[in-house]
Amino acid sequence: MGILEVKGVNKRFGGLQALGDVNLSVEENTVHAIIGPNGAGKSTLLNVLVGKLIPDTGSVMFDGQSVLGRSPHEINQMGISRVFQTPEIFGDLTVMENVMIPCFARRDGSFRLHAFETVFNEKALVEQAEQILIDVNMIDKRDMHAASMSRGDKRRLEMAMCLVQEPRLLLLDEPTAGMARADTNNTIELLKEINEKRDITMAIIEHDMHVVFSLAERITVLAQGTPLVEDTPENIKGHPKVQEAYLGQAHG
Amino acid sequence: MLGLNKKDFSLLLIVALLTMLAPFILNPFPEGSELAQFNAGYPDLMQRFVIFGIFAIGFNILFGLTGYLSFGHAAFLGVGSYAGVWMMKLLTMNVIPAILVSVIVAGLFSILIGYISLRRSGIYFSILTLAFAQMSFALAYSVLTPLTGGETGLQLSLNDPRIIGTSVTESGSIPVTHLFGLEMRDSFELEMGAWLFTFNAGYYVCAVVLLVAFYIAIRIFRSPFGMMLRAVKSNQQRMKYTGLNPKPYTLAAFVISGMYAGLAGGLMVSMDPLAGAERMFWTASGEVVLMTILGGAGTLIGPILGAGMIKYMENILSKINSTILHEWFAFMPDGIEDLLVTLVYPFIGKGWHLTLGIIFMLVVIFLPGGLVEGGQRIARLFRRKKEEPKGPDPEHHPKPAPHVAE
Repeated sequence: MGILEVKGVNKRFGGLQALGDVNLSVEENTVHAIIGPNGAGKSTLLNVLVGKLIPDTGSVMFDGQSVLGRSPHEINQMGISRVFQTPEIFGDLTVMENVMIPCFARRDGSFRLHAFETVFNEKALVEQAEQILIDVNMIDKRDMHAASMSRGDKRRLEMAMCLVQEPRLLLLDEPTAGMARADTNNTIELLKEINEKRDITMAIIEHDMHVVFSLAERITVLAQGTPLVEDTPENIKGHPKVQEAYLGQAHG
Repeated sequence: MLGLNKKDFSLLLIVALLTMLAPFILNPFPEGSELAQFNAGYPDLMQRFVIFGIFAIGFNILFGLTGYLSFGHAAFLGVGSYAGVWMMKLLTMNVIPAILVSVIVAGLFSILIGYISLRRSGIYFSILTLAFAQMSFALAYSVLTPLTGGETGLQLSLNDPRIIGTSVTESGSIPVTHLFGLEMRDSFELEMGAWLFTFNAGYYVCAVVLLVAFYIAIRIFRSPFGMMLRAVKSNQQRMKYTGLNPKPYTLAAFVISGMYAGLAGGLMVSMDPLAGAERMFWTASGEVVLMTILGGAGTLIGPILGAGMIKYMENILSKINSTILHEWFAFMPDGIEDLLVTLVYPFIGKGWHLTLGIIFMLVVIFLPGGLVEGGQRIARLFRRKKEEPKGPDPEHHPKPAPHVAE
């Protein structure tokens, strides 16, 4: 039984079958990649997992509880954090404040009227936030305005914001999309480090094969809304069905 | 001190000094001199500075922190005013119950309006709040006349069934508002040479309330709650995916700022027990928006500065007429005198709105951070001049100021 169990999920947008009978099981403490050509339904699947879309049929269970019908903030409070394709951070706030917010969210839940405390008097949370900034090598930027940073740093910050919550499942939506090769490699290193240090279950949606094969322990190949195969990276590499999905029907 | 860091505490201290010494500061010119018309140290105007300061501080908690631009905040001020007058009619002329009930009623009213309006954001939110305020205004003028007094406004009368206290004083007039016996209209006048300073009881009650309101605002700005409100402005998407629900945060900010508006309304009727529907008209809502932006939205002291500036212009600039202008330019040759008067005339008297509009445009274009940003730029200019001869100090690494309120 995996930590995330997707069973028989269907999602239709008008005449388009975006997801057709998707079954997926993500085991705890693994890095699971979901790959597939453009339009395979990767993003739709991710949006179902985080509560942004509700599937027509099927079930999505996280740690034995259904996530369907819950709003994104409730699903996050269950222990699922998400990294976006373009980093979503609080641009008007400082780096430190960006990391303090998830610390408060984790301690106080989705709403609390703590209007008479002072942010930086919360010693335990400040320590937590500083530790994570040290871990992602950003402590020297702690008082910087988040919007003024480079894209790579924004990505790092977003990871730090997710990690400080100690999620049970980290969802990554094309974390290296639009990045230069060097940045991509840095991100891969960062993710590897996180995986080794923290034992976080990760599900990565990606179409960059280099990223996928450097990180993933299990790979699910999605094509036209349906999973084709699920296997280890070694087996996926030479799988004829995968090559077919990516390169088109082989002739002869 | 008081749970504030050094910088915030000194800011509070500055505001405390300014408000407590306002009768001196606002009366710099000797009585009877030509410049005396620029004096703003009379009780009526000083009360207005402080009351609108409170209104703007509250508005800034919503607009400055969350970025939600309410165009109907005057409705809460109006509702608070009516509630206050009713307390005086029914219960007592003491201002404390009136102010408390104003705050509570405005708070309840803002829960209702906020809950509905906050289903939308951006321009649609602004329009919804504007619609609600105009609705309140129209209702106060028409069907709610028994409650609001309609066009004449709600005022005290000689046969109010006041539970504590009397309906009529011994001399046959309506009793006056007081704080445990201290009458709000009591003034102490101090004559020093050619100067005349007035210390009004009502003003000092307002000033103390302003200080408390300002202190609470500072605490909110520095609290985790305040940080969440800035997060609402910055990125609601990220907020949701961080496990936070932006809605209750925004609603709480809306209600808090509605209560500040109610407090302002309660103080207004405590100084002058009369409430009219025009207080809820959309121009009154627009005025608080102007005050906040002019002073600096999202900054702590900006709204107070903005409120002071607009109220000063409204009361002082509008008093100047062409006779006074002719006196000013009398030293010029006749032709030039007339020309100058003609040129300046549209900007004064009834034309003070034109001056306000030009200043507002200049501020928005050149100082997007409002008067506070102007102050900061000037301060930086001086600091740079002082530091230059020293050169860079290798031991000195100033922490960049976090991008919060100054």
